[in-house]
Amino acid sequence: MTIRDKAYIVGAYEHPTRKAPDKSVAQLHAESAKGALEDAGLKLSDIDGYFCAGDAPGLGMISMADYMGLTNLRHVDSTETGGCSYLIHVSHAAQAIAAGKCDIALITLAGRPRSAGASGLQPRNWGSDIPDVPFEAPFGPVTVNSYAMVAARHMYEYGTTAEQLAWIKVAASHHAQHNPHAMLRDVVTVEDVLNSPYVATPLHRLDCCVVSDGGGALIVARPEIAKQLKRPLVKLRGAGESVKGQLGGNVDLTYSGARKSGADAFAEAKVTHQDIKYASIYDSFTITVLMQLEDLGFCKKGEGGKFVADGNLISGVGKLPFNTDGGGLCNNHPANRGGITKVIEAVRQLRGEAHPAVQVKNCDIALAHGTGGLLGSRHGSATLILERE
Amino acid sequence: MSTMFQANPLPAPVIEPGTEPYFDGAREGKLMIKYCKSCSKPHFYPRTLCPFCFGDTEWKQAKGTGTIYSFSFMPKATPNPYCIAYVTLDEGVTMMTQIADCDLATVKIGQKVSVVFKPTTAEGAPVPMFKPI
Repeated sequence: MTIRDKAYIVGAYEHPTRKAPDKSVAQLHAESAKGALEDAGLKLSDIDGYFCAGDAPGLGMISMADYMGLTNLRHVDSTETGGCSYLIHVSHAAQAIAAGKCDIALITLAGRPRSAGASGLQPRNWGSDIPDVPFEAPFGPVTVNSYAMVAARHMYEYGTTAEQLAWIKVAASHHAQHNPHAMLRDVVTVEDVLNSPYVATPLHRLDCCVVSDGGGALIVARPEIAKQLKRPLVKLRGAGESVKGQLGGNVDLTYSGARKSGADAFAEAKVTHQDIKYASIYDSFTITVLMQLEDLGFCKKGEGGKFVADGNLISGVGKLPFNTDGGGLCNNHPANRGGITKVIEAVRQLRGEAHPAVQVKNCDIALAHGTGGLLGSRHGSATLILERE
Repeated sequence: MSTMFQANPLPAPVIEPGTEPYFDGAREGKLMIKYCKSCSKPHFYPRTLCPFCFGDTEWKQAKGTGTIYSFSFMPKATPNPYCIAYVTLDEGVTMMTQIADCDLATVKIGQKVSVVFKPTTAEGAPVPMFKPI
């Protein structure tokens, strides 16, 4: 079975808040869901499938389904792969729709790490019975130094430079200047990135994404329903997912799970890299983008530094416009998880609803990719290829 | 701020069932790793079933020497800066650790290192860090 052409993204909504000390996480989920339903032209009672991940308070989706009043559910899925969960949810929603298990699926993400003071500098406590914890927790692994070790190895293996990584942030900032909701709207230069202090070598402060409150939601529906709605048609053409860890101690930081998820998505979509007009690439850190671009096949392994340099990711300037909302690096990284915003901006581009200054002309095929967990130890990867019909 | 290694208070490692010999060895200054009794391969972190073939596994003492595979130094960490690293042991497996007992600003990938056990809080078992040879 393929999910190609079996489901459409009919609703997409990014919560405008970036700081919400006066709102609960559950409220942010619900407001995001409401926004996506209004975008689609659907109502609460239409939803019969619900997807959420570890950012949703409570046990799986049970608490959120109850809070939001989702009483018509016949398919639920709380697949948790960190920041890429929501891309996997789109794929799983399409599978469920193709199998007849639901017709209209809601996916939500929300969180308020900014108000709660949570960032990538603190150890994450996922429980002491996780098998790696006794052997790793004493050494201070946090989000940023995990990704930083990937960057250090990439520089060692391939001669990638801090200047090349900085270009990723520069490109994101060029896009963020046009997004009134973006947390960081100032255009920055390579020098600005290099002059910002090291957080975890070789990553500087400006190599890191923002910490923001917020949320987002998507609605995925079967073709017959999508075609009755009044929104531009955005179809799922292909998807891939994978998980990669330390390989039993044969640690290899030179590639990510994107190698597999990307290949599967391209094969299912039956498109080539030249067909991709726009790419949303998870940008928790600059190195995350570089690794994914290589592993997805947009350039050869080791040549990501050259590929991202000199504005090649800037819309209207370079060959592969990326993260035209400003991405996690400048715009938004709600719940310290950016996956859903990657899909939302891809949908905007395919609909022609991105900001005019960054809208890609004739954007008919787009890719969205997410990385979840820790790139330097164990992570999930998910790739979607979407088409405007 | 000095970039010389300064000890941070380290949380005592959680001892889960099946990991006791690792930490008992650490108290004796021995770095213990696991090998598969079926396919003979070493692996890390230690498991009771081999992650390559699901065979039963046994503990053996590692030499305690290796090479830095990657690292990241956090100059503004509190209370003291630290340098997380992956070290590839001479036995072939790579483990997460910290680099110790040197100027952390001079650490390089490819550097040869040897194990040094560092105490943890609350009389926990010591944990293996590595210092340049």
